[in-house]
Amino acid sequence: MLNQGRIDLLERMPPLKRVLKARAFQPAMMLLTLAVFTLAILAGLAGTPAGNRNFGIVFVWIVWWALLIAVLVPFFGRLWCTVCPIPAPGEWLQRRAIVQRRPGRLWTRGLRWPRRLKNIWLQNLGFLGVALFSTIILTRPNVSAWVLLSFLLAGVVLSALYRNRVFCRYVCPVGGFIGLYSMLAPVELRVADPDVCVAHKTKDCLTGNEFGYGCPWMTYPGSLQRNAACGLCFECLKTCPKNNIVLNLRAPGGDLLVADERRLDEAYKAFIMLGCALLYSAVLLGPWGWLKAWANMHTLPHWGLYALGFVVLNLAILPGTFGAAVWLARRIARQPQPLRRLIVDYAYALIPLGLAAWIAFTFGFVLVNGSYALAALSDPFGWGWDLFGTASTPWTPLGESVLPFLQVGVLTAGLLFALHTTYKIARQNSAQHRAAFLATLPISGFAVLITLGFLRLYLG
Amino acid sequence: MTRHVTRPRLIAASFGLLALVIFAVPPGSATPPVERRVEIDATQFEFAPGRIVVNRGDHVTIHLTASDVVHGFYLDGYGFEQRVEPGVAQELAFVADRAGKFRYRCAVPCGPLHPFMIGELVVNANTPYWRAIGVVFSAAAGMLIFLWQAGKTESLEENTHETQPRF
Ligand code: SF4
Ligand code: SF4
Ligand SMILES: [Cu+2]
Repeated sequence: MLNQGRIDLLERMPPLKRVLKARAFQPAMMLLTLAVFTLAILAGLAGTPAGNRNFGIVFVWIVWWALLIAVLVPFFGRLWCTVCPIPAPGEWLQRRAIVQRRPGRLWTRGLRWPRRLKNIWLQNLGFLGVALFSTIILTRPNVSAWVLLSFLLAGVVLSALYRNRVFCRYVCPVGGFIGLYSMLAPVELRVADPDVCVAHKTKDCLTGNEFGYGCPWMTYPGSLQRNAACGLCFECLKTCPKNNIVLNLRAPGGDLLVADERRLDEAYKAFIMLGCALLYSAVLLGPWGWLKAWANMHTLPHWGLYALGFVVLNLAILPGTFGAAVWLARRIARQPQPLRRLIVDYAYALIPLGLAAWIAFTFGFVLVNGSYALAALSDPFGWGWDLFGTASTPWTPLGESVLPFLQVGVLTAGLLFALHTTYKIARQNSAQHRAAFLATLPISGFAVLITLGFLRLYLG
Repeated sequence: MTRHVTRPRLIAASFGLLALVIFAVPPGSATPPVERRVEIDATQFEFAPGRIVVNRGDHVTIHLTASDVVHGFYLDGYGFEQRVEPGVAQELAFVADRAGKFRYRCAVPCGPLHPFMIGELVVNANTPYWRAIGVVFSAAAGMLIFLWQAGKTESLEENTHETQPRF
């Protein structure tokens, strides 16, 4: 049974259902985040160039980032996408309405999104692109603001050209990894009974009706097996006349085992995210000044070398080494599937390790620099304001003595999750336990090696 | 049925292994403490040297200079902070009585990469590091043992249901 071992939160908590069904809920949240986002952009453009005193840097790259990667994604999946301000102007323009559902067609050219781009390759490239410049983006308020602004503009332009949230689904570099890691979350939006959907002729969740719009993420709830493509906008909860939408509490990680939805673009996302976590840990938190200077575009040729190394590590070395481990697994377990297929399959086992690595990396700078938030809150532009009396809060590093324990704990949990998933995937490819277990070994070796790499950077 | 017997025992066994590894690591080597003088120079955005290795118990004196703008020196775990201006050297003396890796960070905003201006002091024997490695290895071993055992019983169950492989 589809919903076995799951708890429907909407059924358990009627007030939650009422809130999520209210048309005003999502726009209200978006307006709120849009206000903060606007302040961040304004502070970035007009405020002090000192990142640690600028709301645009402190709130985006310390507060928002920590909240996103350590709380929202691991526990609530795509919940950030519910409240994200970036697609808001575009979406509201498309609908020519903010709260109420306006009847009639969406206001857009309605072009066809190319088939070849109906995947997350653009998001992979976008993330890598941002990552190459991350040392600049993270530390220069005005650059950071232009990046955020360009996301916003891209959202508007794409929604004028294409129907629905093409930007979120296929373009947003943040949306890509949120989708990947949302598969680990203990919540999921699904349908209570797929047969009801099959029998339902009008499929209001796709077409929309007087209660809401057709799925803006171009997802059909009736066949949802994974969190990746559902933006938790809750339109289908409003439109479905059969009351068939459920929001389940579940055991995490089941999405990784949905074999027929595994794809190379997502596998690469898993490599890129793991590789970037490793590289960021070395570049930003490591002791190598020359590496920071290269990443910081000290000279263009040096940055070029850095960029080349960055790309090669993410797109070739990491996937290549992993491929070698899979090759070995395939050989010793005598798995008949093509190697490429197996690499894609097993790459999904790296997803929990990758998320753990990002959380560990994030702890590494958020605890130490979190105190900047208090000062930036009172003086967002760094102009000497003191709105809440906290402007002169000194830099107070927190938790340096518990930090290694947190990092080791999170990484170990991620590793265990990864090994468990590896075996499950191996079992899908070899019916026999013994073969599956043998296949698990080389891939576990790879995961252990990566974990040791992080330990070396953080503790060694 | 068999699972009820094997699972708890296995989990207990792996945790036992874990505990053994973690606490069997000898705390600290017997190297006698020495006086150490280290010169650290701060520039945007690095400390030179970026890594200092001492032994636990050593008396460390840091001679701190800055050669471009005003910087600071904050040592994680030991918690002391010192401002340093170009041309005015500072001395910091302390006993390295805690083992592990401790980052020293710039404590005075000095430019864009200031929050990432980081060096590391390693106080050997680096027990936290070796223990962490122990944790990772024994956790991985525990998980593999668990998978081996649990999968064995599962394959009996599954064979009776004739589960299909994927391809
Ligand atoms: S409207 Fe409801 S019942 Fe109909 S297809 Fe969509 S989710 Fe299923
Ligand atoms: S499936 Fe439902 S909640 Fe998910 S994006 Fe589509 S309409 Fe929104
Ligand atoms: Cu400095």
